[in-house]
Amino acid sequence: MSGIGKVQDCGTKGRMDTNDSLRVASLWHSMHAISQQLSPVNGCSGIELLQADTFDLHCFQSLPGTKFFVVCEPGTPHMESLLRYIYELYTDYVLKNPFYEIEMPIRCELFDINLSQAVLSDRVALLGR
Amino acid sequence: MQFFGGSEISPSPPVPTASGNNAHMMYVFNRNGVCLLYKEWNRPLHTLNPQQDHKLMFGLLFSLKSLTAKMDPTNADKGNLGVPQLPGQGCSFHSFRTNTYKLSFMETPSGIKIILVTHPKTGDLRESLKYIYGLYVEYVVKNPIYSPGSPIKSELFNTALDQYVRSIS
Repeated sequence: MSGIGKVQDCGTKGRMDTNDSLRVASLWHSMHAISQQLSPVNGCSGIELLQADTFDLHCFQSLPGTKFFVVCEPGTPHMESLLRYIYELYTDYVLKNPFYEIEMPIRCELFDINLSQAVLSDRVALLGR
Repeated sequence: MQFFGGSEISPSPPVPTASGNNAHMMYVFNRNGVCLLYKEWNRPLHTLNPQQDHKLMFGLLFSLKSLTAKMDPTNADKGNLGVPQLPGQGCSFHSFRTNTYKLSFMETPSGIKIILVTHPKTGDLRESLKYIYGLYVEYVVKNPIYSPGSPIKSELFNTALDQYVRSIS
């Protein structure tokens, strides 16, 4: 899938402009594919977690190939569950929205509100189900 | 990252927590992309011939470092994507994990890159990679016959490395 749907920056220094976001996204697509080629064993589905000095990057890939990313503090727990929850929000508020065009940037208010709530509020309680 | 320091010549290895063959393969590159060492312990799937495989691995690491430096949320001043980063400049990744393997990466200030591909459930291997670098310094760099930039052919190094990697959980 091409194009970026949504970038939500919760940090202060992490801002990237749209061009950079597009470059990073396409770079990631290639990295994802190359990492599958380099796998020593069959059945590799690409990078799920990238750990760096100052941040961790979690990637969740849905069945049709849409990728969801979260950049967080190193060692933050429950990011995989958060990503799955965000995928649920995406299917409910974006894909089921009759006015949303596939592969266009996401401008669904309910999705934004629920996404912010999921990220900022008490994640542990939310994901404790 | 502390490379020098301590009174011992080489640091003692991190305590192995379990025995077994957890490692799939290992690469060592120098700053020019020359593959100094490639060791394989368990690799059922070969998609490319060795030269292409080495080049692809080096290229992947180069791009991932570039991407990590760009995506760093704590650093306001970032270079442009694709600009080669000096060793130690900018935020660098130390590992990534897929569903089938975990790749641990370390770059030294001299540009030597050590890559270890293991089972996905392996823990943090940064200390292990530092120890492997210590082995490299002892057995390869300090060998008067070895010429830098050429593939490593030291028996002692290979044996010590093999022994150590098999002991990593």
